[in-house]
Amino acid sequence: MATESVHDVALTLHDQLPILQLVVPFLAAPLVMVVGAGRGVAWLIAFLASLAAFAISALLLAQVIDGGFLSYQIGGWAPPLGIEYRIDAVNAFLLFLISGVSTLVLPFAYESVKAEIAERNQALFYTCYLLCFAGLLGVTITGDAFNVFVFLEISSLSTYAIIAAGADRDRRALTAAYDYLVMGTIGATFFVIGLGLLYMMTGTLNMGDLADRIAPQTDNRTIQAAFAFIVVGMGLKIAIYPLHLWLPNAYTYAPSAVTAFLAATATKVAVYVLLRFSFSVFSPGFAFENYTYELIILPFAILAMFAASFIAIFQTDLKRMLAYSSIAQIGYMLLGLSLMNASGLAATMVHLFNHGITKAVLFMGVGALTLRAGSSFYASIRGMGRAMPLTAAAMVVGGLSLIGVPGTAGFISKWVLVQAAFEKGWWPVAFLIVLSSLLAVVYVWRFVETLYLHEPARDAAEAPLTMVVPIWITALACVWFGINTDITMTAANTAAETLLSGSTGLAEPSPWTSALPAGEASH
Amino acid sequence: MNVIDLILYAMAFPALAAVTNGIFRNSPNLRDGITLALAVLTFLIVVTIYSITGNETTEPVALLDMLPGVPLAFNVEPLGLLFALVASGLWVVTHLYGIGYMRGHHEGHQARFFACFGIAISSVMGIAFASNMLTLFLFYEVLTLSTYPLVAHHGTPEAIRGARIYLSILIGTSIALQLTAIVWTWVLAGTLDFRLGGILEGHVAGPIVAVLLGLYAFGIGKAALMPFHRWLPAAMVAPTPVSALLHAVAVVKAGVFTMLKVGVYIFGIDFLAQTGASEWLMWLAAFSILAASIVAMTKDNLKARLAYSTVSQLSYITLGMALATSMGVLGGGLHIAMHALGKITLFMCAGAILVGAHKSEISQMTGLGRVMPITFGAFLIGALSIIGLPPLGGSWSKWLLIVGAADAGQQIMIAVLMISSLLNIAYLLPIVGRGFFLSDPANAGPVKEAPFLCWAPPAFTAACCLAVFFYAGDIVDFLSPIAGHGPETVAGVSE
Repeated sequence: MATESVHDVALTLHDQLPILQLVVPFLAAPLVMVVGAGRGVAWLIAFLASLAAFAISALLLAQVIDGGFLSYQIGGWAPPLGIEYRIDAVNAFLLFLISGVSTLVLPFAYESVKAEIAERNQALFYTCYLLCFAGLLGVTITGDAFNVFVFLEISSLSTYAIIAAGADRDRRALTAAYDYLVMGTIGATFFVIGLGLLYMMTGTLNMGDLADRIAPQTDNRTIQAAFAFIVVGMGLKIAIYPLHLWLPNAYTYAPSAVTAFLAATATKVAVYVLLRFSFSVFSPGFAFENYTYELIILPFAILAMFAASFIAIFQTDLKRMLAYSSIAQIGYMLLGLSLMNASGLAATMVHLFNHGITKAVLFMGVGALTLRAGSSFYASIRGMGRAMPLTAAAMVVGGLSLIGVPGTAGFISKWVLVQAAFEKGWWPVAFLIVLSSLLAVVYVWRFVETLYLHEPARDAAEAPLTMVVPIWITALACVWFGINTDITMTAANTAAETLLSGSTGLAEPSPWTSALPAGEASH
Repeated sequence: MNVIDLILYAMAFPALAAVTNGIFRNSPNLRDGITLALAVLTFLIVVTIYSITGNETTEPVALLDMLPGVPLAFNVEPLGLLFALVASGLWVVTHLYGIGYMRGHHEGHQARFFACFGIAISSVMGIAFASNMLTLFLFYEVLTLSTYPLVAHHGTPEAIRGARIYLSILIGTSIALQLTAIVWTWVLAGTLDFRLGGILEGHVAGPIVAVLLGLYAFGIGKAALMPFHRWLPAAMVAPTPVSALLHAVAVVKAGVFTMLKVGVYIFGIDFLAQTGASEWLMWLAAFSILAASIVAMTKDNLKARLAYSTVSQLSYITLGMALATSMGVLGGGLHIAMHALGKITLFMCAGAILVGAHKSEISQMTGLGRVMPITFGAFLIGALSIIGLPPLGGSWSKWLLIVGAADAGQQIMIAVLMISSLLNIAYLLPIVGRGFFLSDPANAGPVKEAPFLCWAPPAFTAACCLAVFFYAGDIVDFLSPIAGHGPETVAGVSE
């Protein structure tokens, strides 16, 4: 059913926001390669594209933060045959995170990339970066299951390339990228097998349409197999605990800017895809799905929280430590998902965002330390708190957020997650959550002591302003979203409700964009 | 002027002191002068709040939503106001003492030191005026983090080890236990506001109440309830002004203050009395009181002995809450002020002895009383107040706690409090006796006190210990709303 008001068919820019979100970085990518050599220009184009994407995502989020969704039909072809972009609070929130982090990481990247990547590769680097960025946005924005796979591959392939770009600094980046390539491809293959099975059973690829057709046949083995393939495939991309092996090396050897960007966005997008399939394609009441989460994902999530945190404690390289901490934090997100209630999903959503900005601060901080100290080993960054007071202080803020100290974004995530566990009546799980965050205290305090309580290993200057400013903006965001949760919790709660209410169904054909309130759109 | 504005100023000025210490780090006199002015100003603001509100409880004012339904909000109520008055007043005294001590002892990083001090006081104001548990928890953690650099101040392996214990116990208990308790309370009651009579009644029953109380009691690590008391002795590696203000007044009192707040405003003393949920806590507090006193006797290091004495005295306040009688709660509230004055005197004296005579072990202080008569005199008065002898302030709080124990029908607790007084005598008075009545050629010589700013502040607080003996009735009247009745029914001390 279309909205009652006469929709303005005129192609106002505003109506085209969903596609512009994607087209801007996509077109910027080849442009960067063409202008090439002038490195400053390449960077500038990338930054402007990212900034524009950020503005667009903020406008999109503002439209859907209180519920409802936008449906955009590519080329005017109506779904399910045409490809539909569908934006609701869930993915608008993610788009906002991805483009926001990218916009903060790029200024940081300017000096970092100059120092870490050979000059001849820099234009190509920015091209791949933009492709990766656009791919992640595409995965998030689309309402078409196969389109998810396409964008996933675009972002993955360019991710392998930008991780390998770390080879100019450390040759091990090549094997790390190769590892990720193998594992990521297996994941993508599993995912596409799952899609194939779904297509076989339903004959459609539009998510809303899929949901309608899956609902009556959830006992079907093929549908269940499809679900299993999709979960495992995405599990590899998310780095769910036993499938996490690619992550530590990839994060450790990738260029600093890449790690900061990927850690804050790539795994989050994969979690989003899992969420989307679990709730909007398969319905939340799907028994097979509930068992999968309760009996398989939940134990692994808890295992990740403890095992990965424990491993993180004994690392000697700060960057690698943070990589393991990411695996542990992914455990929290999956735990919220496994609770299968509104506050659990809200916890997952808000943690996607909060952990994204937290890790962005920390990995950018590591990048700044690496720039001045040569590496991120504890031995070489000891005492750097005195030489680089601004960077180190921001990293302490990030560390506190990682622990979940009140007044930081991480605290909000933990609060909602513990609350969700209590509401579900799983109080031992609630206790395990707080207990595992004590391990975070240990690994965070290890680097805080290293930075502050040792004699400096070397003389160094503070990081350049182009690094310190984005680091501090992100650090202040960690604090701001820790004491004022107006945006984050509203978005997370709306997202959780949207997800729990299941599929919004197939959108009615209408020219270009139609804004539908959630209630009217459901069949 | 608005009360909420005043509260924000009371938090902003100490925080501002942190900034000015950073800016003027290289000009000590200007830096310390500004901090002193800000300390005095903070105290005056708290006094102004008192003159406006008296012992009324004001309406909470919300600033922003920390979580949906749980705002960052502040209000004034008697217990918090008393705590704020004590902490801000003693900050002025301790700052003067700190200047004397840090310079007299040639400590490094003084700007950083006083800056962290400012943040700590700022968060204490936040704790005192918080109007819900989450706001309180926020500042509770800020206090822990801002005092960590103070404990690690010397940067020696010993200091780092001490700071590590300090942080791991305080952060560990607060995150693992207190946070769990707060979220649980939120899920059960749907609110975290501090309301007289509690918010939990009707939402929870049976043994769960005792479990929840346990999560709070152990989660409030700053109250140093055994077995989570190790951080306090560990924190004694810090310079003495830290031990004096933070670990005799601000940090530990923030702990027991939170304990009282939870007892009075989250559970409600009537609810605790009905369910008997706090009875086990009463026994544990009694154990903590006696055990810590006995450990204190074995310590030769003066600051370590005082630290264990603090562990013991803090449990008095926990005991007052656990008795779940109005007298017990009033006694606990009064003890916050009385013990603060007594213990800060003792710590400042310990620092003065260290600066003046370079002695930290009790066994080396033989005959020192004749060399430092004012310091040892102040120490004696502080010690007598801690023991609870009239005419010193400490006697009233102990009196009220005993009345509270009698009201609750717990005769054994009366005995515990009595035995504790005897133990206090046994570990505090020999120090003074050794100083005045024994002689040691190594410590002979003319009268030679520590610098003026090291001995004058303890002498002043010792005089305060004496003065508050005569005003204890007023303080109890002031606190009476938290016990749920008017001043006329408070027997014994009003006259």
